[in-house]
Amino acid sequence: MAHAVSFKIRSIALLATLVAALSVAGCGVNNIPTYEQSAKANWSEVLNQYKRRSDLIDNLVNTVKGFAEQEKSVLTDVVEARAKATQAQINLPADVLNNPDAMKKFQEAQNSLGGALGRLMVVAEKYPDIKSGQNFLALQSELSGTENRIAISRRDYIESVRVYNTELNTIPGRWWKSFMYPTSKEMASFDIPAEEQKAPKVNFDKK
Amino acid sequence: MCGTAIALPERVTVRDRRSSNFVLLLAAVFVAFMGATFLESAGAIAAPVYPELAGRVTDTAGLLNPEDKAAIEADLQSLEATSTDQVAVVTVKSLDGYAIEDYGIGLARKWAIGQKDKDNGIVLIVAPNERKVRIEVGRRLEPMMTDTMSELIIQNAILSKFRRGDFSGGIRDGVRDIKAVLLGDAEEVKQRAKVGRTPDDNSALIHLLIFALIVGFIFWKMRQAAIAQQQWEASLTPQQRQQLERQRARDRRVVIIPGGSGDWGGGWSGGGGGGGGGWSGGGGSFGGGGASGDW
Repeated sequence: MAHAVSFKIRSIALLATLVAALSVAGCGVNNIPTYEQSAKANWSEVLNQYKRRSDLIDNLVNTVKGFAEQEKSVLTDVVEARAKATQAQINLPADVLNNPDAMKKFQEAQNSLGGALGRLMVVAEKYPDIKSGQNFLALQSELSGTENRIAISRRDYIESVRVYNTELNTIPGRWWKSFMYPTSKEMASFDIPAEEQKAPKVNFDKK
Repeated sequence: MCGTAIALPERVTVRDRRSSNFVLLLAAVFVAFMGATFLESAGAIAAPVYPELAGRVTDTAGLLNPEDKAAIEADLQSLEATSTDQVAVVTVKSLDGYAIEDYGIGLARKWAIGQKDKDNGIVLIVAPNERKVRIEVGRRLEPMMTDTMSELIIQNAILSKFRRGDFSGGIRDGVRDIKAVLLGDAEEVKQRAKVGRTPDDNSALIHLLIFALIVGFIFWKMRQAAIAQQQWEASLTPQQRQQLERQRARDRRVVIIPGGSGDWGGGWSGGGGGGGGGWSGGGGSFGGGGASGDW
């Protein structure tokens, strides 16, 4: 008899827990981890696209080897900037997402690589035999496509960080944070406007 | 809004020991909620006004003639039936001041062209007033429809016709090449692109040489055959020659029109009429693959 009662109580408790969990889930208790994961996924995509750009550089350097001596510096700039960007990516601290300074350093390394690449492409335009080669045309389109992907993945990351940070700072999310996720921290975002002004505009249009 | 929104202020008031202010606090919480929602919508990145998806072809700029539109729709329908790849063609009057890359990704994501788990959508966007065109490629089609491939299609199939003012033909050729690539005939498109490109290297010269050799060989063979024919006719008896003349007179009654019917431009069966109705994107995602061009 006692056994039956305790079973009944236990099943009611289980049901109550389930109902409570369900109703609470509807109120955004899962929002913080969900948004955090989506921001992290978008960050991976940013890294992925930067990696893609970095991988294109070997081919690019091989293609434009026919440069005149006085313009070899542009090529070295690219190679050095890439080395720095790779270094920055390797040395990326684990908490980069919550660390605006580390994020800024990473950004700067990638920006200088973007700038060096832009200059290289401008110089390459001056060499008809490089410019008209099939390899160069292919690389040019891959590179401009990758720059576009980088821009989009960064925008996606910025947007997901905005959603996440907003959730942490606005009312139901703020309560959930203090209740259940006290260790959640705001994520660092890119600083678009400053960057947009710095990066040289690369025009890949073929006329 | 959910239950906790009401329940939680109670907890706060109990802690504050100011239950008389309960109603005031509830109002404050409500205002805070409204504020949060408002901020969220205001903070989102402003987006241009996109046209409504009208089917596989959304021709808001009115560039396509009805036959081409029907042909493209039928073609894209058969493509989707074969490979489940979704391709949408859209012409817009204005990009609302946005770069076509930004406009394109926004539109492609809004329409969600492509199957949900395959991300296999492509959107061909033409903005005649800005003189821009873009092929936006769904994430998982990027290995097939590479940026280089998109660029080739834009430069060779699409822009060569756009520059002559033939928008309908350019879009149709672009769709033909996109379809070819998606069905695995990338090489064919590259070949077409090569033919279209102005010769700027030795390979064109070599091709010319080979062509000349072949033509020369054919002429030589024909001449040989003609000589052999003459020798043979010379060796005939008068009676046999008369028979041959009669035979030839009979043959001449059949009129033979030389040359093939040049059908490589069209090839679109106008079959299955207007499949656009009710068609919509399956939820494919886009990551910025593709290429843009202008003319």
